[in-house]
Amino acid sequence: MADGMIRAETDALLAVRGLEAWYGESHVLHGVDIDIKPGEVVTLLGRNGAGKTTTLRAIMGLVGKRAGSIRYNGAELISARSDIIARKGIGYCPEERGIFASLDVTENLMLPPVVMPGGLSLDEIYTLFPNLKERARSQGTKLSGGEQQMLAIARILRTGAKLLLLDEPSEGLAPVIVQQIGRMIREIKQRGFTVLLVEQNFRFAQTVADRHYVMEHGRVVDMVKNEELLTSLDRLHEYLGV
Amino acid sequence: MDELFGIPLPLLFGQLLLGLINGAFYAMLSLGLAVIFGLLNVINFTHGAQFMMGAFAAWMLLNWFGVNYWFALILVPIIIGATGIVLEKLMISRLYKLDHLYGLLLTFGIGLVIEGVFRNEFGSSGLPYRIPPELSGAWDLGFMFMPVYRGWVVVFAAAVCLATWLVIEKTRLGANLRAATENPALVQAFGINVPRMVTLTYGAGVALAALGGVLAAPIYSVNPQMGSNLIIVVFAVVVIGGMGSILGSVITGFGLGIIEGLTKVFYPEASATVIFVIMIIVLLARPAGLFGRTA
Repeated sequence: MADGMIRAETDALLAVRGLEAWYGESHVLHGVDIDIKPGEVVTLLGRNGAGKTTTLRAIMGLVGKRAGSIRYNGAELISARSDIIARKGIGYCPEERGIFASLDVTENLMLPPVVMPGGLSLDEIYTLFPNLKERARSQGTKLSGGEQQMLAIARILRTGAKLLLLDEPSEGLAPVIVQQIGRMIREIKQRGFTVLLVEQNFRFAQTVADRHYVMEHGRVVDMVKNEELLTSLDRLHEYLGV
Repeated sequence: MDELFGIPLPLLFGQLLLGLINGAFYAMLSLGLAVIFGLLNVINFTHGAQFMMGAFAAWMLLNWFGVNYWFALILVPIIIGATGIVLEKLMISRLYKLDHLYGLLLTFGIGLVIEGVFRNEFGSSGLPYRIPPELSGAWDLGFMFMPVYRGWVVVFAAAVCLATWLVIEKTRLGANLRAATENPALVQAFGINVPRMVTLTYGAGVALAALGGVLAAPIYSVNPQMGSNLIIVVFAVVVIGGMGSILGSVITGFGLGIIEGLTKVFYPEASATVIFVIMIIVLLARPAGLFGRTA
């Protein structure tokens, strides 16, 4: 066990320590600790307002003020600007999906610049998401919710980013589309991507993730391995209030 | 047939041409304003002064350094655009987190200072700038004489507007610009240096104003007020076209120039106010402007 902890410390692709964040005057994160090893899919579970989205935004440098430590691939990012953070190889898919209305599907797809080699080629992306090819010339926001979500994820697979931050990709989508998103996340895990996923829906999280962090009041309060999820259901129900 | 509605054709076409020329300047200036407003959310009240600086820069290049019109057409936008970049870096960039009003006040104040400095140096009577020999003379179109330079202004301005539109709507750079106009924080989180893009965009908008100034130098006399005379109308054009709409500002610019010209023929008394009357009607009927998207 102690051995495993040390490994997690040194092997972590992303190591977040005592992360605090503020929106203006309001103090939202109160010391978040997260470790993610290369190739892992890890979720942040928790109720509305627990600080899951803010954690992703803070890692991306999109909050007003941050403190603590965010080490990615050995580099400290706590005071870096968001474009520098992206160029280190972190891809971000926001909760509202961030599809641009004034750009067509191809332009949306090509918007994030390639930050390092190793991203998927356009052909690979179209193989994974055939819908996007059919609708290449459509206005981005004319796509269905599911297609928009695919597009939002597809465009960060191109960039060579190794760590993907996905904020509630299942939100507001029909069950069959959620299953599709789940298959896609397992597929990108197989391709060696590392994923930090925010989820409210732990039944969905269970189908894709290796581990789950539980957040409450701006802190990580628990960690559950996916194989222990079923035996920890009572505990989780209490946290999530479901 | 040399009359239409009792108006002699040469007069009608003369005013139409004049309207088109004014429209060309309205279009170029409102295009720059629209590009700047779209990304910076700043209403650039220095725009008229930057147009005037363009005309003066062309005059200085010719009279002090012997640099002719054609080189001025290339050099002036670069030089004045660079002053815009410095201005954005030093001052305007500090105001993005504040209310729009601060940007407006700052740029308005800077415009007044620049105009004052030029009036102090050059007086207000105006300096002549000769039409380049290649573009002097006139074509006989049968129904009227068309000065070559005026035709050139209309064609060149239309080409510049078209090129700007193509860059914004059809290129990768333009897609970045449109995306950053919508959601700058997310575009930056994709790894694009948005603050640098904002600075360069301001520079490009200023360069467009300066290019307009070079074009205007041989038509109007080069004087410190030439920008502020024009800019009030240009703001009306931007409001009518819809704040931030690229195509809207171009079409509205040319369109209103023509309407203004025709008003001079049919009801001269209203020619100075017709644009503002249209502005009021548009604001009442479509507050976002003819081509604007409602937020």
